[in-house]
Amino acid sequence: MRALLFALVLAPGLALAVGRPSEMLPNPAAEARAQEIGRELRCMVCQNQSIEDSEADLARDLRRLVRERVAAGESSDAVRDYVHARYGDFVLLRPPFNWVTAPLWALPVIVLGIGGLVLLRMRRRQAARTGPAPLTDEERARLAALEKEL
Amino acid sequence: MSGTKATPLSRRALLWVPLGVAAAGGVGFWAMLRGMRDGSYDPRGVPSALIGKPAPRIALPAVEGIDLPAFAPDALAAPAAPVLVNFWASWCVPCVVEHPQLMALHRRGVRILGINYKDKPADAARFLARHGNPFAALVADAEGRAGIEYGLYGVPETYLLDKGGLIRWRWAGPMMPDTLSAELDPLLRRHA
Repeated sequence: MRALLFALVLAPGLALAVGRPSEMLPNPAAEARAQEIGRELRCMVCQNQSIEDSEADLARDLRRLVRERVAAGESSDAVRDYVHARYGDFVLLRPPFNWVTAPLWALPVIVLGIGGLVLLRMRRRQAARTGPAPLTDEERARLAALEKEL
Repeated sequence: MSGTKATPLSRRALLWVPLGVAAAGGVGFWAMLRGMRDGSYDPRGVPSALIGKPAPRIALPAVEGIDLPAFAPDALAAPAAPVLVNFWASWCVPCVVEHPQLMALHRRGVRILGINYKDKPADAARFLARHGNPFAALVADAEGRAGIEYGLYGVPETYLLDKGGLIRWRWAGPMMPDTLSAELDPLLRRHA
């Protein structure tokens, strides 16, 4: 029973792994690193899939390139930079922060800021509408004294 | 207090803000649709990362069975006149559509270096025999290596190199007659 469960849990992973065994690196750690890099690279043909998920020709070429460079011992950043230098920001599924993408990253902050300002103004206006605080005993006594003087 | 006087005016102005945003969005959307129809805007288009950078140096062999020389990577470093680098394949239907434009450029004396992308040499030879040869030199990119170096994402794709060997322009997809007149010709004049 336990063995069956174990097999069921592992089955999806195995199914994925045997999908294209010829492409995979023999070293599992290197293969895992290559997959991690590939999952963050966009397939330029299908545009909404990573190169790991896509069956497009170009995605296969890029997968092979990533694996060759990983096998040669290049760091993950170096491999990513290599593809980024040739395909531009769009190839990275997580866009980098630079002056072109700055509006993209800044937009949520700006919207939040505007919302905060609107809230602040609303609250301030409401506070103004409630009017002044009631007079204290001391003030009331002074008022009575002034009225008596008139 | 002056604030009490200003408030109704700024509030009235605020009413126009949503209308203004909607109008600006509408104009932008209209411009996008118009651009998509006349082909000047492609929502899936991605600018090349190599604009203004030197062309990739990659040594490739000549295509077997075609009587055209290969070009050395150094040939792209400082050409005598602007050159075009054209990726094409015999299996690519848009390449057939583009071919008359390449032939026209060739007749006008523009130097076109061909990169035959993931093709069978015999098929490539048949293609050129049938449609004509616009290339001054031709290399085979059987594995798609040069494609990755150029940041290629399909064929045909064309790159314009200036006399300094820098990539000035990239056209993804087939160049049509109006692509030449509207885009390429002014650039060829500017970089001549």
